[in-house]
Amino acid sequence: MASATGVGASVRRKEDLRFITGKGQYTDDINLKDQAFAYFLRSPHPHAKIKSINTAKAAKMAGVVGIYTSVDVAKDKIGGLICGWGITSKDGSAMKAGPHPILAEGKVRYVGDHVAVVVADTKEQAKAAAAAIQVSYETLAHVVDAAKAMTSKVQVHDVAPDNRVFNWGLGNEAETDAAFKRAAHVTKLDIINNRLIPNAMEPRAAIGAYDAGTESYTLYTTSQNPHVARLVISAFHGLAPEHKLRVIAPDVGGGFGSKIFIYAEEVVCVWASKHAGRPVKWTGDRSEAFLADAHGRDHVTKAELATDANGKIIGLRVHTIAAMGAYLSTFSAAVPTYLYGTLLSGQYNIPAVYVTVDAVYTNTAPVDAYRGAGRPEATYVVERLVETAARELREDPAEFRRKNFVTQFPHQTPVIMCYDVGDYGAALDKALAMSDYKNFASRKAESAKNGKLRGVGLSAYIEACGIAPSAAVGSLGAGVGLWESAEVRVNPIGTVEILTGSHSHGQGHETTFAQLVSDRLGVDINSVSIVHGDTDKVQMGMGTYGSRSGAVGMHAISKALDKVVAKAKKVAAAVMEASADDVVFQDGSFTVKGTDKKMAFGEVALQSYLGHKFNSSEIEIGLKESAFHDPANFVFPAGVHICEVEVDPDTGHTTIAAYTCVDDFGNLINPMIVEGQVHGGIAQGIGQALLEGCIYDEESGQLLTGSFMDYAMPRAGYMPNLADFKLGFTCTPCPTNPMGIKGCGEAGAIGSPPAVINAITNAIGVREISMPATPLTVWNAMQASGMKKAAE
Amino acid sequence: MGVHVRSTVNGDAVEFTCPEDEVLLDVLRNRLGLTGAKEGCGTGDCGACSVILDGRLVCSCLVLGAEMDGKVVETIEGMADGAKLHPLQQHFIDGAALQCGVCTPGFLMAADALLRKNPDPTEEEIRFGLAGNLCRCTGYDKIVRAVQAAAKEMRG
Repeated sequence: MASATGVGASVRRKEDLRFITGKGQYTDDINLKDQAFAYFLRSPHPHAKIKSINTAKAAKMAGVVGIYTSVDVAKDKIGGLICGWGITSKDGSAMKAGPHPILAEGKVRYVGDHVAVVVADTKEQAKAAAAAIQVSYETLAHVVDAAKAMTSKVQVHDVAPDNRVFNWGLGNEAETDAAFKRAAHVTKLDIINNRLIPNAMEPRAAIGAYDAGTESYTLYTTSQNPHVARLVISAFHGLAPEHKLRVIAPDVGGGFGSKIFIYAEEVVCVWASKHAGRPVKWTGDRSEAFLADAHGRDHVTKAELATDANGKIIGLRVHTIAAMGAYLSTFSAAVPTYLYGTLLSGQYNIPAVYVTVDAVYTNTAPVDAYRGAGRPEATYVVERLVETAARELREDPAEFRRKNFVTQFPHQTPVIMCYDVGDYGAALDKALAMSDYKNFASRKAESAKNGKLRGVGLSAYIEACGIAPSAAVGSLGAGVGLWESAEVRVNPIGTVEILTGSHSHGQGHETTFAQLVSDRLGVDINSVSIVHGDTDKVQMGMGTYGSRSGAVGMHAISKALDKVVAKAKKVAAAVMEASADDVVFQDGSFTVKGTDKKMAFGEVALQSYLGHKFNSSEIEIGLKESAFHDPANFVFPAGVHICEVEVDPDTGHTTIAAYTCVDDFGNLINPMIVEGQVHGGIAQGIGQALLEGCIYDEESGQLLTGSFMDYAMPRAGYMPNLADFKLGFTCTPCPTNPMGIKGCGEAGAIGSPPAVINAITNAIGVREISMPATPLTVWNAMQASGMKKAAE
Repeated sequence: MGVHVRSTVNGDAVEFTCPEDEVLLDVLRNRLGLTGAKEGCGTGDCGACSVILDGRLVCSCLVLGAEMDGKVVETIEGMADGAKLHPLQQHFIDGAALQCGVCTPGFLMAADALLRKNPDPTEEEIRFGLAGNLCRCTGYDKIVRAVQAAAKEMRG
């Protein structure tokens, strides 16, 4: 039974009091005694040799504590940044990973690359001194366009002569080719998935502090996974062994993937703090976030869908060029491969799928996971193809999808994934009903009366999240296991502390995790606190990304809670002089079957620490248990998005007239929080579809979209009105975790871009339009198609 | 060196000397220890640093500390009346109108400034009133609802 604060209730978020009163403690809000400030001198060139760096003048400037370059890095033997996922090419060769030094060594490879760092008494002094460093560059030709990287004469890394990092394939090539040979119809699309800049509202920041007395370091950082940061900084950069390095990720202001990765700035702050003999703080400004945070997407794809005479999909063939940027960021290689190719079967029963991916270096910021990571790219390919095929075959796009849906579970796709459970038709039915799909024509006519072109577009997404079974990802090239850990500490008075390796940076774990505990132990939600983000408090963790904290992180907590209950039963049995088998735990009380004996959870907690009434050589004192959980499979959220747009034929401006989204996330822990995740994900998807596009100037290699004035993100007025923004849920509980939950963090961003673009192409009667569909893009497409004239 | 400034911040008299070019946001965060306002961009595009200066909503990253002299500054730290939350704060909590929390102080100040001018805004007016504030987490839906609910409560 759902209690007012248990699983399934829309409980108010416990973390919010500090945020709405301005008392959040984010990294930049923390100041350590005697701290100095770091400022990074960054490359103004997309590609250049560094001939010399002269720091003499800068070093004498007021307040300067130290200036460090690659020479100092080499002297101290500080290792470079790593990519934690190795991809093997089709020919069996390993991916070509170029060096990724924390400060550029001999060469810079993108505008924003780290050249030197100044540490000074104040931020202003550090910045002024950085401007006085004289760097002599010999500029080199550059390439910023992924599509041109493999044929360019430019060579970003010596190790990859054609700039190709790997040439990877997945699926059955021969069967797919055969399917295309016997196809009655083939739909082809050229697709660009636009490069995005994540832009969490909190810019990245780090404070490194060295304690000479204990020879240990502390790093405060804006991280989604502090334990992974500690592991990498220890094992690969060689700064300190793990037991001498504490990493704290305090309140973190959004991540969306961009704060998973280990960045040069964090490593440098830790390293420089020992040299400086004082804590070293760096807070990135927004320009640095645009220039040097890992970007997302940037795929150039040719895709084909084969159907038979009955309109059944029989094959899918995809080739993608995926930009990696100038260096391989922490998880980058996994994104256009195992998080992309494996989702290309969509919600459909497709007997033959084959995908090849060429990952390429370009002279741009590194590209890595951004909300959805590979799965939005896959969904965009599949859902643009399916919608276009339906239109070409003159079938209703909803019914065309339905007849190709997977309906039997488990379903093994041709691209690794085995879908465990789902009911895709149920989500489609619900979305069609909620959006009043059948009366679209009358709304279209109404819009036409107002001079607007109305269109409708669907997207039926599936994604794999809750990453991931460790053995599976290990076999696919991951350098780590993707389990999660938890510890449940019950205090003598019955309050509970949960230590989790998951990290909350907006997701609301302090609430949802407490709801699970409240349910299981029958304690008040306010008697539960969630401890996370500190490697000295939480022993181990893999962090939060890939919508894994519910399915994997909570599962670990669930296992530890089971152990706590089992132990408490033994204590209760001893105290109540009963057999443990006769003790029942329900609604927070231990009772003995067939008697009126009863103990509250808090009493048992106290007794377990007193040790007065049981033999402590048989039952250990205390009530504290821990667990690691390694998931048995991914979880597979799926759903249907239906978008209606209105296009102004005079300006090309697109308005989201109505948006309906129905998701199957299995059971919901906190529907109010889940809604917020979906809203936010859809906002990012609408941003990708209509507004956001990172542009590097081809000629100069400069980032043209380097501020919020050039890179537009959705504002409040850009989203659909409250009454026109509808969310619904269906539920097929996930069989691989006891909560029956699937991940909800990325689904909105995954499902929405194709729904919006399908609606625009429907509205203006064109086959293709590129993202972001800005007013100019839409207007140009209308001119080219003659639609403008028709509307007049 | 510097400018001598006397001001009232959240009802308290403050007095300090700061460099001529130091912005209000840095004064609040680094001199007065009021870290609720955040630097999201430093260029006035995101509203995370929003405060109310003599009754007017401003981006504190675009105002000099020297401009506080003789003026009244209201920040998120002064929004609640002791332990009693402002209706906007209460409805932001009740409706989960925040996620990571970085933009939230700015949204609350902007919403407060809006409701002082217009106690009964339409949905469109709310969205327009919050157009200077970027949120990357919520998609704005629950923020708009929270402002509506607070406005209704405040009208009584």
